[in-house]
Amino acid sequence: MVYENPDGVRIGLEVHVQLNKLNTKLFCGCSTDYHDSEPNTHVCPVCLGLPGALPVINEKAVEYAMKIGLALGCDIVEQTQFHRKNYYYPDLPKGFQTTQYDFPIAGEGKVVIEGEDGERDIGITRAHMEEDPGRLQHMGSIDKSKGTLINYNRSGMTLIEIVSEPDMRSPKEARRYLDKLRSILDYLDVFNGDLEGAMRVDANVSVFMGERVEVKNISSFKGAERALLYEIMRQKNQIRRGGEITLETRHFDEARGVTLSMRTKETENDYRYFPEPDLMPMRVADRVPAVAATLPELPDAKRNRFLEEYDMTDMHAKALTSDQDIADFYEAVAQNENIDSKDAAVWVADIFKGEWNYRDLAIHGRTNDPVTPPYSWVKLSGANRKDPTITSSIGSDDLIYIIGSVNNGEISDNSGIEVIRIILDEGGSANEVIDAKGLRKVEDDIVATAVSETIAENEAAVQDYLGGAEKSLNFLVGQVMKKTKGRADARQARELLVAALKS
Amino acid sequence: MTKWLSISDVKEIIAATSAEEVTASYLELIEKSSINGYTCTSDGALDTAKMVDKGEVAGPLAGVPIAIKDNISTKGLATTCSSKILEGYVPPYDAHVIERLKAAGAVIIGKTNMDEFAMGTSTESSCYGVTLNPWDHERVPGGSSGGSAAVVAAGESPISLGSDTGGSVRCPAAFCGVVGLKPTYGAVSRYGLISYANSLEQIGPMATCVEDIAAVMDVIGGYDARDSTSIDNKIDYQAALVDDVKGLKIGVPDEYFGEGVDSSTEKAVWDAIAKYEEMGASWGKVSMPNTKYALAAYYTIAMSEASSNLARFDGTRYGPRSEGENWHVMASRTRAENFGKEVQRRILLGTYALSAGYQDKYYLKALQVRTLVKQDFEKAFANFDVLMAPTMPLPAFKIGEKVEDPLSQYLTDVNTVPMNLAGVPCISVPCGSSDGLPVGLQIIGNHFDEATLIRAAYSFEKNTDHHKARPGEVA
Amino acid sequence: MITKDEVEHVGWLCRIEINDAEAEEYAVKLSSVLDYFGQLDEVDTEGVEPTYHVADIMNVFREDVVTPSLDQKDVLTNTAEEKDGYIKAPRII
Repeated sequence: MVYENPDGVRIGLEVHVQLNKLNTKLFCGCSTDYHDSEPNTHVCPVCLGLPGALPVINEKAVEYAMKIGLALGCDIVEQTQFHRKNYYYPDLPKGFQTTQYDFPIAGEGKVVIEGEDGERDIGITRAHMEEDPGRLQHMGSIDKSKGTLINYNRSGMTLIEIVSEPDMRSPKEARRYLDKLRSILDYLDVFNGDLEGAMRVDANVSVFMGERVEVKNISSFKGAERALLYEIMRQKNQIRRGGEITLETRHFDEARGVTLSMRTKETENDYRYFPEPDLMPMRVADRVPAVAATLPELPDAKRNRFLEEYDMTDMHAKALTSDQDIADFYEAVAQNENIDSKDAAVWVADIFKGEWNYRDLAIHGRTNDPVTPPYSWVKLSGANRKDPTITSSIGSDDLIYIIGSVNNGEISDNSGIEVIRIILDEGGSANEVIDAKGLRKVEDDIVATAVSETIAENEAAVQDYLGGAEKSLNFLVGQVMKKTKGRADARQARELLVAALKS
Repeated sequence: MTKWLSISDVKEIIAATSAEEVTASYLELIEKSSINGYTCTSDGALDTAKMVDKGEVAGPLAGVPIAIKDNISTKGLATTCSSKILEGYVPPYDAHVIERLKAAGAVIIGKTNMDEFAMGTSTESSCYGVTLNPWDHERVPGGSSGGSAAVVAAGESPISLGSDTGGSVRCPAAFCGVVGLKPTYGAVSRYGLISYANSLEQIGPMATCVEDIAAVMDVIGGYDARDSTSIDNKIDYQAALVDDVKGLKIGVPDEYFGEGVDSSTEKAVWDAIAKYEEMGASWGKVSMPNTKYALAAYYTIAMSEASSNLARFDGTRYGPRSEGENWHVMASRTRAENFGKEVQRRILLGTYALSAGYQDKYYLKALQVRTLVKQDFEKAFANFDVLMAPTMPLPAFKIGEKVEDPLSQYLTDVNTVPMNLAGVPCISVPCGSSDGLPVGLQIIGNHFDEATLIRAAYSFEKNTDHHKARPGEVA
Repeated sequence: MITKDEVEHVGWLCRIEINDAEAEEYAVKLSSVLDYFGQLDEVDTEGVEPTYHVADIMNVFREDVVTPSLDQKDVLTNTAEEKDGYIKAPRII
């Protein structure tokens, strides 16, 4: 099947990734850990743009940028430097943004996504480093506010702007691209995507090969899909009414789900880029091998390896490798000699991940607990950050124990799932939970007692069965199950009933 | 206490009396001054002096007062660049050089007047009004570090710091008859120096003698990790105070003696070169053909950088704020109402020179010419140890003489801007007079060869009396 | 060389409010300076690299180590208007 792209939609995305796992900002030693702090408490003369302050480049930020570039298959530039992008805005404390211009640190690359009609390459145009502006809070809506409150804590945070080619043909593909990008970035351990403002998106959209419109102020992936759906509809309607699409910048109003034109004198610009005299150029080419050596196995490579090394479906391989912690967790389980890798895939990808999604939890990274072996723990926390206090943890040992217990018949499939739920909701180890909740299969004599009682108490049904009404047996099995509170195995109950009735 | 003390004089008096007494008498002098050299004095000066007396603060400059140009950030002490747009601004941090001075025991006595944002050659564009030249109160002290030069010349501080973007230390040093050094680009940290044109400027000391210049440089010079353009190049400035120029090869560039150079100035400089020859140096002519384009290149680059450096003054985080229906109007009005005319002109020209369609014609072209100017110096230093020329083509001009015609004022920088383009060090020392006004000899050295510069300047001083001339008693 | 309209446009780019009379005056004064800059056209710079930095050094970095930030009161002390720890400014548009 080939996707026809009936509206000729072309979407390119500019994604700003905030490298919040660095200790300090891009050009000064201010801490990046400002998210729960009072306004204007994580600023210094440099990131506040005080007269006379000078920037110095954070070496680790350059290394992270190269890491991202390499992970996206980009060419790393031989030599680069920072430029000044001159424009006026209250969130910009120096009256210019320090960014990269003609020599971005990373050039062309690509990201592979699951497109409308199978796998599809999305071209990366470039990825460059720049500083984050401060954060503005409009007192009321942007066009009618009484004033603007400025918090410079974010000012000077390291951003990597990843610019794609207009290769996406639908909001769905855009969403898939963002998810894939997020997955790769998570693997690189350069940012915490759960933090507010960690990934921000500007979109370029056109239909029927027309002029492109830039949509700014998209703050979430869900928002990106909504903004794009709206904008495509708006452009199509405009054309249908005989109107024209003109090159412009529009602002996404998340609350109303619409894009608004931003064409005012204030947004007219001539950025007057020139090299930042206060910073020296950077020669980075000779650092590529060292940085490349720190790259982890990335999602696509891991997926291929899983398919080769383990017995699993491609769907499972994708699901298990979208997140490195899940993948590591899976491997810790599957590598146990008593566990079948296919079983493990079902348990981790379908059951465990399902329970995790149901609770709206996100994997929070490996624990640093030195007692537990690496990759054996997965910490989960509230993904939507509405309730960041929710945290649960489950170990690979737990899952190994559960799968083992199911396989040797100690507990039922349902009980296995129940154990996972209890650990996620209440804590505890698999062994403890199974004991505490009495989930182990009951002894045969308890079942036998239940069978005799059932026969004694349900004479009519027994007679019906003996008279040839097979259905009555199901009723009797149900009664046995009821008496054992569901802990008996249904097949075993049926066999015991049939044997007792025949005798 | 007598006026015009050197650092060693001050130390002697402190030993005999106290640092507090020395500081108090300078503050008294400043209080009575009629030249308008200071923008403010420091409330903490006496406290520092008292701490010196108690032995709580020590160091090579213990108790020595120093005046600081108003574009160098001083924690808790107003720093305004002599501009209304920084009215009331008190930095919450010290510039690197101030930290170094404080650690050396120096007493920051006050801030000195300057051309607004260091843009000028006369100190007339200051929002505080012009500083008077101590030699002739009808004349300008030069600029932009006019206050720093004038207070030293008037004996209101033994030493001072200025900044030199295109001659702003050397010009006022020459006009006021004091010594002023512009170090190699990267030799002194710019951290805390409010930028005018950051690829060109350096902080530099001013004093009544070369010895004091070296003493201050030993304190403020050297590497600072907070300035990415700072270079780790250890120079022992005071060790270069050697009275010996035998074998020194002096290059004299023709282009610096062009038309427009005042004849008495020219004579004073040639007399100085003759003196060097007498002292055992040799000289020869050298051609620096791109000098004639240096001025246009310099102003294009300086204004371009300035247009961006001064963008942060938008009324949001510091300084006064004008009314406006939205932020952009507020910023435009704040800037129009609080930047002076010359600053506005330079921002407009710089913005134009960087704007789409003009950047290659002006900014990029100027940077290419800069390369050619730099190459002129490289070629000259292949054959000579130092170069000598008049610092300024003319002695101090009259107040108001060049206010209406910016270009005529720019043209007076013709001999000082090429060194900033090339980043080489240079020093202006008194070498005589023209019509009763001081004349400066400019000695130019190769990158990080301040030692040779200081040796040459020191030797001249040891063998002549020009530096001893004081306002009202011209030698 | 530079027209009154260009002066007004440049004034907006660098956020300096300029009235009509000022624009005319600037057009004259700035043109004479630009005329002077125009002498750079005489120089043959074919193949000449521009000098952005006089020092030929590269890769000046710092380590990713936290240094103290300013106290909030020092951040707010120089601003014209503050509110609840924020710097307050007029609305944007």
